[in-house]
Amino acid sequence: MNTTEKQRYQEMVKAVSPGSTVGINCLKAFLVGGSICAIGQVIYNILEAHNFSRDDAGLITAGLLIITAVLLTALGLYNKLGKHAGAGSVVPITGFANAIAAPAIEYKKEGLVLGIGAKIFIIAGPVIVYGVMASVLVGLVYYFVR
Amino acid sequence: MEKHIGEQTVRFQNPPSITATATIVGQKEGEGPLAKHYDIISNDALFGTDSCEKAESEMSRQAITLAAQKANLQLEDIQYILAGDLLNQETGSTFAVRDLGRPFFGLFSACSAIGEAMSLGAMIIDGGFANHIIACASSHFCGAEKTFRFPLELGTQRPPTASWTVTGCGAVTICAGGVGPYITAATTGAIVDMGIRDANNMGAAMAPAAAHVLVKHFQDMNIQPSHYDVIATGDLGKIGSELLLQLMNEAGYDLTNHKDCGCMIYDTQKQDVHAGGSGCGCAAVTFGGYFYKQLKTGKLKRMLLVPTGALHSVATIQQGESIPSIAHAVAIEGSLN
Repeated sequence: MNTTEKQRYQEMVKAVSPGSTVGINCLKAFLVGGSICAIGQVIYNILEAHNFSRDDAGLITAGLLIITAVLLTALGLYNKLGKHAGAGSVVPITGFANAIAAPAIEYKKEGLVLGIGAKIFIIAGPVIVYGVMASVLVGLVYYFVR
Repeated sequence: MEKHIGEQTVRFQNPPSITATATIVGQKEGEGPLAKHYDIISNDALFGTDSCEKAESEMSRQAITLAAQKANLQLEDIQYILAGDLLNQETGSTFAVRDLGRPFFGLFSACSAIGEAMSLGAMIIDGGFANHIIACASSHFCGAEKTFRFPLELGTQRPPTASWTVTGCGAVTICAGGVGPYITAATTGAIVDMGIRDANNMGAAMAPAAAHVLVKHFQDMNIQPSHYDVIATGDLGKIGSELLLQLMNEAGYDLTNHKDCGCMIYDTQKQDVHAGGSGCGCAAVTFGGYFYKQLKTGKLKRMLLVPTGALHSVATIQQGESIPSIAHAVAIEGSLN
């Protein structure tokens, strides 16, 4: 096939392929993502009211959200939420927990080392790698321009 | 009479019969519009095993055994098994037949596997190399997701162009002679690649391959699409089907009798499958369950089954390659008059 024919076909494909419903998806993502963060804030405020330090309250809040997300993943509910919420349930810390728990469940049959151990970061790995690299870079910049 | 006609087609001198089919599907397929046509609907996604890979093999093993049984044959009478699936190294099929002790050809042409298996099976029989063979193709939703996409529990969104891999296995017993339906001709597809890179739009990648093999079939056989009561593609889905009709129109063929197994197997409005069904099992169980009965009861006289396959892997997609595709056309007729 020559390039013009391929390009023409790709135009045809574009014309008949429906796009995602961006407006509704954004609204759902906003509502679910916002709700997750609001729940986190409520937990944090309750902890603070019970005389936990800001650092401790933050850590416990994150821990509770992570545990809840892992539980929901194991119960097969988080993917159902994600189907509707999209980025709303991916971006908060619960999404990160889901991205680690899901491969752990999927690759359980391949064993503790080469299954769970090797595959657990298959989705979250890039976030950790580039997150750490970015923080080092930003740290270096901060060190020199301070 | 010359058996090889035109560029890509064989016309069988003594058309082999499809003496039986066996179809096994999962729960979601069992909730679809074709439910009553399947032999077994399993509500256990793991088919009594402890992994999705083992489940697919168990499903295929049962389908192959049942296909022999329904044809009143012992497994020992089956001279070749030809089977294909989507798992790495074709373990879905090889582990299914490892205890059956029958001569085996493992085939890979992605979701067009049943077309390749039936074409080659019919050639083996008309060539006089065997009297009884079984052609089989299987796919399992969980296995395909694991092989090609993300872990099942990951909370992601699927684009509207994505399809849903069928959990199902169709096995077809093909014999010399018999009372039909008969495999009368087969056109082997060539690989066609129109530069589609989106693995979430496989219908678009495969439609040109289907169009290509259809045009070759009509030219080689010197017939029009209206020669068949139904022309059934494998798993183009809604978008691929629309593209196929446009491409065929441009080639000068009006495909008014077109159906797509991927659009038939699920209720695309209610079952949340986006573009439709896909996977090796899609065409295999839709033919083995629904169309075979239509041919048997005379509701259909002639049909052209055109299973379609997207020949990519995770590595080729990640390396930015486009998706080469293939389709095989198999002509099946209720009687030889």
